[in-house]
Formats: sequence, C-alpha cells, structure tokens
Amino acid sequence: MCALFIFNSGCVATSTNVLRTPEGNLQARQIEMRQFDTKDEVRVLSATAAVLQDMGFTLNEVEKKLGLIVGSKERDATVPGQVAMAAFVDILAAAGGSSSNAMATVDAVQTIMVSCVTRINLEGNKVAVRVTFQRVVFNRMNQVSRLETIKDPKIYEGFFEKLSKSIFLEADKI
Amino acid sequence: MRRIKIKFLLATLAVFLISGCATTAEERILDLNENQLKLRSIQTRAFDTSDKEKMMRSVMATLQDLDFVVNKADYDLGIVTGSKFVQNQVLKMTVIVREKDKNQLLIRANAQYGIKAINSPEPYQDFFDALSKSIFLTAQQID
Repeated sequence: MCALFIFNSGCVATSTNVLRTPEGNLQARQIEMRQFDTKDEVRVLSATAAVLQDMGFTLNEVEKKLGLIVGSKERDATVPGQVAMAAFVDILAAAGGSSSNAMATVDAVQTIMVSCVTRINLEGNKVAVRVTFQRVVFNRMNQVSRLETIKDPKIYEGFFEKLSKSIFLEADKI
Repeated sequence: MRRIKIKFLLATLAVFLISGCATTAEERILDLNENQLKLRSIQTRAFDTSDKEKMMRSVMATLQDLDFVVNKADYDLGIVTGSKFVQNQVLKMTVIVREKDKNQLLIRANAQYGIKAINSPEPYQDFFDALSKSIFLTAQQID
C-alpha cells in the first residue's frame, strides 16, 4: 500500500525552481546578444528576417512593434555513428536468437526553432539583438527523443557574423 | 481462502483510492476546481507604469533571461508566450499585460510544466522578482 503511494507521488514533476534566474545567465546573455550601431530597429529586424531566410527558416511569428521574429525549420537529424551502433546491436541480437529494435530509436528528424528579440538601448542610440535556438529531435518511431536549448557559442557567433554582414549590405543599398 | 479474500479486498480498496482522487479527464478542460481567486493573486502583480510597450519588452527580456524562447508576442492584445526545456520536459508560459487604470499595468502570468499547471506561489514570485529587476519597478500584490 505504502509502495503504491510512493509510486504515485514519484511521478509528480517538481516545479519549484523552474522560474528562478539561472546561474550564468549573464554569460548566456553575452553569448546570445549583440549590439548594432544604429537607431533604426526596423532595419535590424528586416536584416534578421533576411538572415533567417538565408538559413532556411520559415518565419512563424513577427511582431514589429515589440521587435520579435520567430522561425522554425525541420531537418534531418541522422548521426551516422548512432545508426551504425544501432545496426550493430540489432545484428548481435539477431545472432543471439532474440529480436531487438534499436534502429527504430535512432535520431531521425529535428525541428529547430529560433527566436530573435530586438531592443533599443537606454540611451536610444544602439539596437540590441538577442537570439535563442532550441531543437526537438525525433527518432524513427516519431517519438521525441531529445529537447535541447542550444548553448554552443560557435552557433551564435556564426549567426551574428551573418547578421552584421547583412546589416552592412543593407545599409549600403547595393 | 480467507487470505485470498483479504488480498482481493485490499487490492480493490487500492484501486478505489487511486481512482477516487483523480479528476475526470473532462474536468481538466475548464479546471475550475482550483481556488480561482487565490490562483489569480499568485499569478498577478501590478506595476506603477503606463508604458505598455516598455513593460512588454521587459517581459520578453525577462523570459529570455530565464532561458525561455519567446514564441509569440502581440502588442495590441498584450500577450507574450514563451517556452523552455527543463529536464526533457516543456515549460510553457503566457504573460498578459493590460491596463489596470491610467497609472498602473496589470501583469498576469501562467505556466505549465510537462502536463501539470504550475499553481504554487514560488515560481511566480521568482518570475516577478526578475521582472521588477529588469524594469526597475516594484511588483505590487493585488487584492
């Protein structure tokens, strides 16, 4: 009986700390945010939209007044090493006379979400852009296998490199 | 024979206990069994400002500081929605900004984690603390 109660209460997710400011949020901000020397927020927004389009995102949501662009794309998520490993496990199982379905649990498809928020700084002479990426990975059975927030600084650097090029080009109006 | 009977009775009792405390699936649509007023005061704060745009931008910045990805925003309706992943579960949050009177804005937030609504005061307190720091204003409890 006791065990039943413990079993029942065990599956309740704890949610006390989920909205607490995470440690290292200043570093995260530095990675995800850049400032541009312009007062024109709309120009930054449209350059951001152009860069996202370059990267193959479709735009799901735009709010000009608040400086928000949200995009997403679906892509292949196959990792060759993972597939080889799964195939190996299945072959071993078959050789051993049992059946295994490791191949069905390998990553197959990922949905990548991006959200960009622009904001004019307090002095009103610069526009800051903060971008965040998430991805959801599905396996071959179409089950969610992973939910991830992208933290790799290289990805953000790559994005901002493209964005500053794009803003420069648009300023020059070639 | 008698032992089997007692075991059977205990098992039946356990089934009743478990099913008795669960609400029916249809009741979850409206979720009206909670203490609505208490929940509203947990999820709502008033701020001494009439600048809706600045408030909404601060809400978005706060969500980003808390690791959220902002999914939707609409100035006219005052709505901001964001989501983040915590331990392979999705945490979704909607914040609505509306005018209380000429000098004050009301902010109401609600969140769900996985398949459960967050109804405890602490997470909302954390959110409003972060928001007041971001906009340099005090979050006031409403009655």
